[in-house]
Amino acid sequence: MANSTSGQEKKSYLYFPGCTMQATGIAYGESVRTLFRLLGLQVEELEDWNCCGATSYMSIDERAAFVLSARNLSLARQAGPRDLVVPCTACFLMLRKTQEYVRQYPSIRQEVEGALKQAGIPPMGPVRVRHPLDVLYSDVGVEQIRAKATRRWHGGRLACYYGCQALRPYAEADQAYNPMRMDELLQAVGVTTVDFPLKTKCCGGSLTGTIHPVGVRLNYIILKEVARRGAQAVATMCSLCQFNLDAYQSEMREEAHEVFDVPILYFTQILGWALGGDFRSLGLHRGIAGRNLIGQWFTTPKEVEAYV
Amino acid sequence: MSNGNGSVRIGFYVCHCGTNIAGVVDVKALAEWAATVPSVVVSRDYKYMCSDPGQELIQQDIRDHHLNRIVVASCSPHLHERTFQTATAKGGLSPYYFQMVNIREHDSWVHKDKKAATEKAKDLVRAALRRVVFHEPLEKKQVPVRSDVLVVGGGIAGIHAALTLANAGKHVYLVEREATIGGHMAKFDKTFPTLDCAACILTPKMTAVRSHPNITMWTLSEVAEVGGYVGNYHVKVRRKPRYVLEDACIGCLECIEACVYKQAKVSDEFNLGLGKRKPIYIPFPQAVPQVVLIDPETCIEFKSGKCKKTCVEICADRNAIDFKQQEEIKEIEVGTIIMSTGFQTVDAARIPYYGYGAYPNVYTSLEVERLINASGPTGGEVILRDGKKPKAVGIVHCVGSRDENTNRWCSRVCCMYSLKLAHLIKEHTDAEVFNFYIDIRTPGKGFEEFYCKLLSEGVHFIRGRVAEVTDWALDPSEEGKLVIRVEDTLIGRVRRIPVDMVVLSVGLEPHADADEVRRQFNITCSTEGWFLERHPKLAPVNTFTDGIFLAGCCQGPKDIPDTVAQAGAAAAEALVLIDAGHVELEPNTAYVLEDECSGCKSCLSLCPYTAIAYHEEKKKAEINEVLCKGCGVCVAACPSGSIQQHMFQDEQIFAEIEGVLAHA
Amino acid sequence: MLGIYKQEAYERHLRFQRDADPTWGRKITALPGCEGILTCMQCGTCSAACPLSVYMDYTPRRIIATVREGFREDVLRSQTIWLCASCYACRVRCPREINITDVMYALKREAIRNRMYPPHFPIPILARAFFDMVKRRGRSTEFWLVLRMALRSNPLILLGMAKTGWHLWRTGRLSLGYEKIRGVGELQKALASPREEV
Ligand SMILES: Cc1cc2nc3c(=O)[nH]c(=O)nc-3n(C[C@H](O)[C@H](O)[C@H](O)COP(=O)(O)OP(=O)(O)OC[C@H]3O[C@@H](n4cnc5c(N)ncnc54)[C@H](O)[C@@H]3O)c2cc1C
Ligand code: SF4
Ligand code: SF4
Repeated sequence: MANSTSGQEKKSYLYFPGCTMQATGIAYGESVRTLFRLLGLQVEELEDWNCCGATSYMSIDERAAFVLSARNLSLARQAGPRDLVVPCTACFLMLRKTQEYVRQYPSIRQEVEGALKQAGIPPMGPVRVRHPLDVLYSDVGVEQIRAKATRRWHGGRLACYYGCQALRPYAEADQAYNPMRMDELLQAVGVTTVDFPLKTKCCGGSLTGTIHPVGVRLNYIILKEVARRGAQAVATMCSLCQFNLDAYQSEMREEAHEVFDVPILYFTQILGWALGGDFRSLGLHRGIAGRNLIGQWFTTPKEVEAYV
Repeated sequence: MSNGNGSVRIGFYVCHCGTNIAGVVDVKALAEWAATVPSVVVSRDYKYMCSDPGQELIQQDIRDHHLNRIVVASCSPHLHERTFQTATAKGGLSPYYFQMVNIREHDSWVHKDKKAATEKAKDLVRAALRRVVFHEPLEKKQVPVRSDVLVVGGGIAGIHAALTLANAGKHVYLVEREATIGGHMAKFDKTFPTLDCAACILTPKMTAVRSHPNITMWTLSEVAEVGGYVGNYHVKVRRKPRYVLEDACIGCLECIEACVYKQAKVSDEFNLGLGKRKPIYIPFPQAVPQVVLIDPETCIEFKSGKCKKTCVEICADRNAIDFKQQEEIKEIEVGTIIMSTGFQTVDAARIPYYGYGAYPNVYTSLEVERLINASGPTGGEVILRDGKKPKAVGIVHCVGSRDENTNRWCSRVCCMYSLKLAHLIKEHTDAEVFNFYIDIRTPGKGFEEFYCKLLSEGVHFIRGRVAEVTDWALDPSEEGKLVIRVEDTLIGRVRRIPVDMVVLSVGLEPHADADEVRRQFNITCSTEGWFLERHPKLAPVNTFTDGIFLAGCCQGPKDIPDTVAQAGAAAAEALVLIDAGHVELEPNTAYVLEDECSGCKSCLSLCPYTAIAYHEEKKKAEINEVLCKGCGVCVAACPSGSIQQHMFQDEQIFAEIEGVLAHA
Repeated sequence: MLGIYKQEAYERHLRFQRDADPTWGRKITALPGCEGILTCMQCGTCSAACPLSVYMDYTPRRIIATVREGFREDVLRSQTIWLCASCYACRVRCPREINITDVMYALKREAIRNRMYPPHFPIPILARAFFDMVKRRGRSTEFWLVLRMALRSNPLILLGMAKTGWHLWRTGRLSLGYEKIRGVGELQKALASPREEV
């Protein structure tokens, strides 16, 4: 079923999972891979990639942060002239930022290139770093997604939540203000998305772990507005956003005495399901909040009938 | 030394320019050294050569010492070449026997090492002394200046310039792109800081334009082509069809009433889409000319040819409607041109976080001007799209100004018009009005007092640039409102302010087609796209093209008082040329050595001023001296070296180069 | 003891010019990404765009102004730099295109380098733990990181985290793996730079 792209040459991508794809964000990785397979796109994991350093490296040693990404960019160049798909937005931004700073500042370029050389790592090359949202929107396209969808959405209304670092500062996965690509892709498979002014507000990132009350408060505000907009669930495109919105709902329920049980999905899970992917291979069993709704929505009507 | 003009006797003068030159260059040594150069008969240094005694010195020496060449080493020729040429002429020599050396901008101002600067001055002077030997007496060409003037753009700038010139007895062609003159000012209700009624002061001027015997006014028209040169421009004007005969229509407007469209359905451009009009319409009640027009895009007759044409029926007496009217090209000859094409406002949708286009109750300032205007779409009521009066209004300053992402400049009028709108909105609605500003800029006459008045009226002034306008309610008190999020930098708090209406004070920017227009008229633009004045202080209404002047916002953002002042100045500059009757052209033109020209035509396409023609019978290139601006492109390009240029003869240039290179 | 002779105790908001360190301010404005600071017009767009400014002691705008004037202590002891979540909301709106987020990073580095943060403050501890883990293995594992951060800052927060941890465990999202990349040797070599100041 996946090979229905007859006549068409299979497009192939390099894939950079990043550390969270093996842990809290495992479902994101699973759904990206499944979705790409369903679309007939090849993904090959970047061999021996290292951690991007995230905000921590930037906070301690900028040069070291750039060196981490430089090694990954070097590996990507060696692995052939293919676009590097990076679902984790922290990794995405670190790779892009490294490219930009190396390009913009000769001093940084010198240091980074020097460090690579000293370690015997081949130089970085011009690698195109891309977020899956951009790949799905620009390379695959809304029309192909619509055409390939085998299941019609029968779930609730969704709020698309894009977060920050895939859009800012480089506005590459989508435009920086009022992004619409995720909305358009989901609408193509029958989802109704709500107008959501907080779609690019910050989820607090690692603040939920460090300055916990502030981090949780940010997520509470976002979920409040999701409800106010009449959405029943949230579609995300970043593992940290998904985790923050998902993991602390029970705490909010206890502290705010408000009923929060909102499924926090990856947009790739929804698209994957529409294209015929199965529940487990899309990591749909890994959600914490809104498990009931997830169970209802991601079953075919037949299955539902069979259950009742 | 001799060049066939008899023996050469040079007078050399070096100017101290106070300490500007003398502080770095050893002027005494320079004068002493120059005295030793062959052919130099007199060599002096003097404190200020440009002063009267300085000029007198030159004249006296010419008489006493029978000088026949003059060289002055001083400042830039831009400043004083004319001065010294005149002094030379007064002494009885051709002014072209004079040569100037710039040892200030090119030497004393840019160097510190006195010895080296003096040596450099010697090199530059030596070049001039050698060059001047080969100078020739030249004649300036005079060309007559036509007295007719073209004014492009009929906003307040164009109107004022046209009336000034017409009152001085000159004939003016006023070309306006829209169906009415008046420009932006015609859209306003009141004007800052005096709050006088815009229509009351503007419409008399508009009707005066229409009735003035010396003004030919063409609306719905654009300049199609410009040729010629100062004093003699020929211009083609494209007049778009109005489908109504201007001479026959008396502006009774009965046709509009009679139109088969019972309801006005078409979005009305003059009201920025806030109101509706019919396919046959007049932009606004006081439009000039008082002549209706038909929009072929929406008129049924144009679309299907099957309309009952009730408009034609009702106009049977005058028969002013003409569906067959065609575009016309008018050709005119004028001596001078005034550009007064104004500005456009920034498209507010370019700043996406202010919600223009997304939230219906986010307006631009220009739209609000129409809402406030008694002849506007709401009859002067400030009401929202749902018909309700706003209880709280936020006015956001600097939208699309002072921002690297849109335009970097300050648009200069937005602070004041925002204050004006705040006052008028409060007056009309009694709403709470919040102004969000980065800096309040009120430097005009009576402006600060106006700001103070607004403060005393209880309008809120919050210093902070708005970060977003959303309909996101963080608190129940914000339900159903537009929320403005801003840092109140004075209180030091981030604030959320719920309002019913947001007014975006959009900045001013050059028209989208400014660059095309600029090319057409062969004038220059600043990097931002405003038409460029010849000098920011000393020639603010002149352009680098002789005979073309600037008035109003096409040169940069400004308010109405400044616009009118500038329009008057532009008219005066045009009158200077017209009343002089002729202009003198510099004789630094190129000419063809006919015997040597092979007729290869390679120069023809290169001349930026189309001054070169090909003489079919002689099979030679010919240069029109009047059109030639002396840029020298053809001289350099001619493969057979058969084009020469006055004042830049090969022998002059070689002598100059040798002079520079011949270090002692 | 009234301590009325101690200026710091009473005029807390007074700043003497001797308190300023203009050289430090200039040093920061010369760093890559921080050049724009000098052109800030104090409009406050950054502060209002920032989702965290309402929890900060100094808004981002004030940080910019304070850096520019060289009040090093005020800046480096502020909570602001730690609350910044690097979301870049400020950066894309700033009308002077100032890279505020990267300024915040530069200030975090300054504060960490000079140990100017409260004892047991979790953020630098987390950053450190992260830094070391990646340097040693080339990868990071959230579980071990959080554990280390908690143990070194305030072990009690582990209680609060237990529930979250349980949810993650249950859904298979808690990885206890402690991976090491093959190229860790070359990575360490590249990281071992002559200019590493930490
Ligand atoms: C919202 C707002 C409120 C304001 N309020 C005030 C106020 O209260 N007081 C005050 O002093 N100032 C005010 N101003 C400033 C004022 O509008 C300008 O100073 C004034 O309009 C400048 O006049 P202008 O003739 O140079 O330009 P415009 O008014 O723009 O007129 C230019 C004219 O040229 C025409 N044109 C353009 N291109 C061509 C072309 N290629 N060929 C032919 N015709 C062309 C246009 O159609 C237009 O009619 C305000 C500005 C705005 C935006
Ligand atoms: S938005 Fe930019 S210019 Fe405005 S205060 Fe912040 S840093 Fe300064
Ligand atoms: S990057 Fe930091 S300072 Fe800027 S808006 Fe985000 S949290 Fe605020």
